[in-house]
Amino acid sequence: MSDKLLEVHGLKKNFDGVRALADFSCSLRLGEILGLMGPNGAGKTTLFNVVGGFILPEGGNILFKGKNISGVPPHRIANLGISRTFQNLRLIRQISVIDNVLLSFRNQPGERLGNIFLHQRKSLNQEVANHNEALKLLGEAGLEEKAGDPAEELSYGQQKLLSLVCCLAAKTDLLLLDEPVAGIAPEVIERILGIIRTLPSKGKSVILIEHNLDAVMQTCDRVVFMDAGAKISEGTPEEVRNDPRVIEAYIN
Amino acid sequence: MEYLYHILVLIEIYFILSVSLNMIVGYTGLISLAHAAFYGVGAYVAALMALKLHSPFLANVICAIILCGLLGALVGIPSLRIREDYFVIATFAFQVITFSIFNNWISFTGGPMGLPGIPQPAILDLRISSNIGFLVLVGIFSVLTLWITRRIIQSPFGRVLKAIREDEVLAQAAGKNVAAYKVMVFVIGAGMAAMAGVMYAYYTSFIDPTSFTVMESIFIISIVIIGGAGSFWGPVVGAVVLITLPELLRFIGLPSSMAANIRQILYGGLLVAFMLWRPRGFLGKYAFQSREVRE
Repeated sequence: MSDKLLEVHGLKKNFDGVRALADFSCSLRLGEILGLMGPNGAGKTTLFNVVGGFILPEGGNILFKGKNISGVPPHRIANLGISRTFQNLRLIRQISVIDNVLLSFRNQPGERLGNIFLHQRKSLNQEVANHNEALKLLGEAGLEEKAGDPAEELSYGQQKLLSLVCCLAAKTDLLLLDEPVAGIAPEVIERILGIIRTLPSKGKSVILIEHNLDAVMQTCDRVVFMDAGAKISEGTPEEVRNDPRVIEAYIN
Repeated sequence: MEYLYHILVLIEIYFILSVSLNMIVGYTGLISLAHAAFYGVGAYVAALMALKLHSPFLANVICAIILCGLLGALVGIPSLRIREDYFVIATFAFQVITFSIFNNWISFTGGPMGLPGIPQPAILDLRISSNIGFLVLVGIFSVLTLWITRRIIQSPFGRVLKAIREDEVLAQAAGKNVAAYKVMVFVIGAGMAAMAGVMYAYYTSFIDPTSFTVMESIFIISIVIIGGAGSFWGPVVGAVVLITLPELLRFIGLPSSMAANIRQILYGGLLVAFMLWRPRGFLGKYAFQSREVRE
């Protein structure tokens, strides 16, 4: 078995003639934090949608833990061990913060109809265990006081923090984080990046889309720079930052 | 007194209908216009079994529930995979088709003449004949419905339903099989509506297609919305209000020809008023509006 957690080969996707992914390939090692950079419309979010199964690519394949997952429905991919946050911040706003976290746990016995009526003990026990773990995760993120509030009452930065906590609750091996620190206060940025940096030691790998150059420099092991759906540059954050092709892409 | 019991039995039947529809409309966010169809199929199955097979009451209840559950799956599986607007249209179509079958398959359903002479229900040796007997019998079934619904919505399963209502994409990203959940809820709701239909058939001892029209489906949705979609007690309050309010009109002393029309105006007026000034209904926390508005 190779040490590659995720490999994508030759992904292609066009939206009404706009190239979102043009023969894009890259790979991610176990325990690696990979930064994904590039100008708007470079295809970064499209890549997340394709890996998550929300968009079918027109060509290429995706290997997760050595298994081909192209064409697998999103909820099955999520259960195989990929969780993600969304650029436009998706949360269930009308339920409480802790319920959002509880929702993210995978394979809950209480989510099966039969268990609710026939094996109530089993689903209740798991629910209590999940509840405690959710409180612990919220505590680590500094959100424990907000646990009972509706998610919509959190500030924007706290909502981003919450969506990261939800990814952690999912206990997946791969986290796809779409701009986790864009547009939020510096102290919350620090908290979020702090959590992300601890993930490799827990055996998790991360792909991080981010425009904030400082955040990427501090956090990522490796950076892939995309433009017009293709990989322009790849290497350590330092190398990519000084790559003339990257500088050219940003000026254009 | 008998009159009061009659109203209370009706309210109990509508508890079953509105609480089960609330699970579909209020908690999962699927607008179904087919609830009266399942209600009708339940009533017809029980009536036909009682009249033609002379089968016992409880067997008829179980058969009606299972049959409507299967029918729910048949309608739900193809139509829930596509966008929600199509689901509304598909349920509407199913409702219209079901009504035409009730109305036109004269040799089997009696057509517009309906099915008279449904025997009184008996559980073991206990024959239920008085209104108060029905009050207890239907009461047991409506409490059962309330209990099952509460159990479902307070479980992690119910949390997934609310997530689907708010954001399907997120629910999928969290690993939930959205299509399967929708079908399950729709099937459970159909089974419960069938239960209400069986109660209605036995209670009135005569059924005809006019009780199971599109208007009836819309009436049940009105109960849910006015009571408060997505709140547990909302439809219960809604059923009490919408059933008793028109009955009160009788005491004003209007001629019955006028009262019937005023009743329709009242329902329509209430629905419009609630949509304008209190879209979340009496008890709801969740405003009933389209997804686009919420974005």
